[in-house]
Amino acid sequence: MDGGRLSIRHWGWSMNDLTRLANSLMALDDKLVSCMKCGFCQAFCPVFDETGEEGDVTRGKIALVENLAHLVIQDPEAVYERLSRCLLCGGCNFSCPAGAPTMEIFLEARAIVVSYLGLSPIKKAIFRTLLPNPRLFSTLMKLSSPFQGLFIKKDNSPQNTACVPMFKAFIGERHIPMLSKKTLSAKVGTRDTPAGKSGLKVAFFPGCMGDKIYTDMAEACLKVFEHHGVGVYMPDNQACCGIPALTSGDLKSFGKLSAYNLDLFAQGKFDYIVTPCSSCTATIKEHWQNAEDLTSAQRAFARTLGEKAMDINAFLVDVLKVTPPEGAGQGKIKVTYHESCHLMKSLRVSKQPKDIIKMNKDYQLVPMKEADHCCGCGGTFTLTQPELSAKIGQRKRDNIVASGAEVVAMGCPACMMQISDMLARNHDSVKVKHTIEIYADSLS
Amino acid sequence: MLSDSLAKEFEAIVGKENVFTSEADRQNYAYDSCVWTPRIPGGVVRPTNTEQLGPIINLCYKEGLPMTVRGAGTNLSGGTIPDTTDTIVILTTALNRILEINEEDLYAIVEPGVITAPMAAKIASKGLFYPPDPGSMSVSTIGGNVAENSGGLRGLKYGTTKDYVMGMEVYANTGDLVRCGSRCVKCATGYAISPLLVGSEGTLAVTSQVTLKLVPPPKASKAMMALFPDMQSASKAVAAIISAHVVPCTLEFLDHATINYVEDYVKIGLPRDAGAMLLVEVDGHPAQVEDDAVVVEKVLKDCGSTEVVVAKDAAQKKNIWEARRVAIPALARAKPTFMMEDVTVPRSKIPAMIAGLEKIAKDRNVTIATFGHAGDGNLHPGILCDKRDKQEWARVELAVDDLFNLGLELKGTLSGEHGIGLAKKQWLEQETSRGSIMFSRRLRNAFDPKGLFNPEKIVGARG
Repeated sequence: MDGGRLSIRHWGWSMNDLTRLANSLMALDDKLVSCMKCGFCQAFCPVFDETGEEGDVTRGKIALVENLAHLVIQDPEAVYERLSRCLLCGGCNFSCPAGAPTMEIFLEARAIVVSYLGLSPIKKAIFRTLLPNPRLFSTLMKLSSPFQGLFIKKDNSPQNTACVPMFKAFIGERHIPMLSKKTLSAKVGTRDTPAGKSGLKVAFFPGCMGDKIYTDMAEACLKVFEHHGVGVYMPDNQACCGIPALTSGDLKSFGKLSAYNLDLFAQGKFDYIVTPCSSCTATIKEHWQNAEDLTSAQRAFARTLGEKAMDINAFLVDVLKVTPPEGAGQGKIKVTYHESCHLMKSLRVSKQPKDIIKMNKDYQLVPMKEADHCCGCGGTFTLTQPELSAKIGQRKRDNIVASGAEVVAMGCPACMMQISDMLARNHDSVKVKHTIEIYADSLS
Repeated sequence: MLSDSLAKEFEAIVGKENVFTSEADRQNYAYDSCVWTPRIPGGVVRPTNTEQLGPIINLCYKEGLPMTVRGAGTNLSGGTIPDTTDTIVILTTALNRILEINEEDLYAIVEPGVITAPMAAKIASKGLFYPPDPGSMSVSTIGGNVAENSGGLRGLKYGTTKDYVMGMEVYANTGDLVRCGSRCVKCATGYAISPLLVGSEGTLAVTSQVTLKLVPPPKASKAMMALFPDMQSASKAVAAIISAHVVPCTLEFLDHATINYVEDYVKIGLPRDAGAMLLVEVDGHPAQVEDDAVVVEKVLKDCGSTEVVVAKDAAQKKNIWEARRVAIPALARAKPTFMMEDVTVPRSKIPAMIAGLEKIAKDRNVTIATFGHAGDGNLHPGILCDKRDKQEWARVELAVDDLFNLGLELKGTLSGEHGIGLAKKQWLEQETSRGSIMFSRRLRNAFDPKGLFNPEKIVGARG
């Protein structure tokens, strides 16, 4: 990455530009000052764990943002580079003794710095053209799915991944998940069913990965809703929740994606909006309402929607009162559970997914060391910081294998992708499943 | 900033990836946890094995570059803030091996970058106990604990870091390895150098290895919480517990202001009008613990406690400790800047100190909330403010001056566990004497004639 960094002179920056950037960052001053520099975040940062560098831990990043805001440092690219070496796992936000809003600081600082430095062309193309255009996105996927056999090599791993020799330069040694032959939206289309015996109706937001990659998992969710007599509103032209744009500091695209989805869901009537992806849930719950360029009606609706947003595990356990029977979890198949960051640290959902696993009597839940340690995916982090991502992922893989489980379950498709990759690279036989798949398997 | 040629010389010792010279990297090692002006060092060097320390010191000494050794950078007196813009920060985070945990002879040998809490956990998993528990132990390093003589909650019964250092290996200004102490319980071999190095704040030598004493863990413990109408009666209870010949492993207090900030934050139903809260834990053999708990409960009631809660199980114990556990988070959230001092007074002087602090807060128009280790007189007056408010900050500086003057009037000491560093230097002569300062400088001069080891800290190297 370093080689591609241009110094400020090459960007043709003037002191004037820098002062404007610094002034914009001063909007964060109240948040920045809440960091008391105690350094306790060192105990909770997966990136710092690997590198031991102050610039990789929250305190160090906040110090740099502060220094940029006060023009103590005049190298915004160096600050941005440090800011991008963050998984946004929320571990520091969750544990900060001073309650510093570290996630807000990182997201806002990235956006401000990106608005001055500009977005990389590839990110711009994806965020501004592909993601806000569900039809185009699906068409592209539809076109590429039948041909994936031509350039990607299925590796016959138990994780059902593939490697892509042709794109080695871009994705490295990664074992990527196979695309579904048909996306969920193509298979199921728009669904609008009334509430059944539960008396409840949910909007279902499968997320990009649920729609295009882990389609079986998304179908498992629909099966579970049906089993519990839950009505479903699922328009077939949902756009990405926007988190990749948000975390990359592209607030413009994030605003467009939020507005598009808000208008779409405003057309349905439902009690909750449920997703099988903790990152999507967190985005709908916390971020849509703060997106830029929303009309006041959209913003008001986003707040209502935020209150209705739920992770599917939490919905089943907390709302539908799904409870594992006494002495559950003694089956033959050993399963271990990975605590996804957004699920545990942002949404504080931890017990419910384990209850959902216990609903299948064939499984036995075994503990994993450091279950709440990040898997190293971090959304676009895995693409921009492949080496760090793999190091953090390897640690997760080692803990999974050491647990002795045959299956590792989790509540986040991004973690599923990363963990499948790490297991496939190590030629492990452990299968990767979403908690809902395990539960759905137990339903006839 | 480090010249390219010097950077190359450091790279030859530790490898290119372990020398940091960019502006951003250097800025990240300009501060620690102390509210004090940062100073950007000339470069940062991270040795990956202890043998590299000798050549690093030799090079710095040859070039006249000051050195500041840094672990987790959680120092609360500015001990890891560089002194000059030429300073080389020597980062110990990669020297993090636990070399031995000896279950027969009860010691552990570790490198300076080993992190305290995980080390203590590993020792515990072998059925042994390393008692010092500084508040930052989840991230702090043993090298830092030794350099600062860190304390913690268990100080009263178990002592502080100094009581657990059996021996050390350090690199001297000449780059030579110096071995001191031993792994034997008794050692009368030569000068007792390690006790002098403990608490020397990186001003005498660079630590490369520490031999730590371990003890068998207590088999049982019991926690109690007591509320008092005022600090006076709580303090009486503390003295009465000791007079009754019970030495609790922890004996903590929260003052009226802290209780209220905690209640604001966690809403656990603490009485807003309580003057003080004591948290007492006794540990040891189960029968002894039962006996001691009965004595402590009686003393607490006799001394006028309005409410005593004795934890019946682990869950209740956790609840009892909740108020203390969240004290720092509660105070830190109340205002943008939270400055925590560690002035320490003889136990009997705690009520006078608390009353004095209340007066200072009123006179100087600042907010002070105090908690701390009642058993050993180690107070943590927390000053809650916003350092961006220049007028308020000026009042805070006056209040800090008052606070140290008061502590010294009461025959106390400036620092129980955070060290002197940069932040408390100006009061040191007042506590000791001109002679002490000069004596310390001569001592220092013998270890470090060029004055390059963390030169500005404690007494300064010159003057």
